Amino acid sequence: MSFEIIGTYLVGICLLIGAGFALVGTIGLLKFNDSMTRLHAPTKVGTIGIGALLLASMIHSYVVGEGSLHELLIMAFLFVTAPISANFIAKVNIHKQSCDTPPPPPRDDTWSTLNVPEADRELAVEPTPQP
Amino acid sequence: MNAATDFMDIAFKLAFIGIVMAQIMSMIRLVIGPSVGDRILALDTMVVNAIGLVVLLGIAQGTQIYFEATLIVAMLGFVSTVAYARFVLRGDIIE
Repeated sequence: MSFEIIGTYLVGICLLIGAGFALVGTIGLLKFNDSMTRLHAPTKVGTIGIGALLLASMIHSYVVGEGSLHELLIMAFLFVTAPISANFIAKVNIHKQSCDTPPPPPRDDTWSTLNVPEADRELAVEPTPQP
Repeated sequence: MNAATDFMDIAFKLAFIGIVMAQIMSMIRLVIGPSVGDRILALDTMVVNAIGLVVLLGIAQGTQIYFEATLIVAMLGFVSTVAYARFVLRGDIIE
């Protein structure tokens, strides 16, 4: 068992893991029946799915010839930006009222994303319910 | 070495089929998604799957030139997701 053989098997295993998690996450995106639960499923695609594919790409570059670690940059970028976009989509779900009403907060009287400053109360537009 | 290469070829074809199926299913959610948040989420998932497809293409051709393309797709996907969500939330992107 030389390095090339072990590396080639590792590339295949990483490819299978990545594609499997991408498939599972997207099935969850298609099958869940609430907007907030649908938000939870595709995070597997963004982290383990793409992470395993990029790991396979790195191992493959070391097996073929000159190795490169450039894919770590893409992985770090995806891992940093995934929570931010998920937070924005959850805010859209709350404001568009496409999920259940959020539970009462423990200390304040309303959630901060739904809080309108005192001066802007009359300017605030009532959110239109989704058909 | 021959068995390992055969295993990698089969795994490679299965991975391509899996990612393409994931892309098609997120496209279905993009079409039928009842609310705006679902459509934004489906577009985000499609961008992530497109990154996976470009990475698989780079492994298939054995080159490193697809690294920049992948990075640009990742950045554009994040910016477009945030811009779309912000447009829905505020009615404007840059105010």
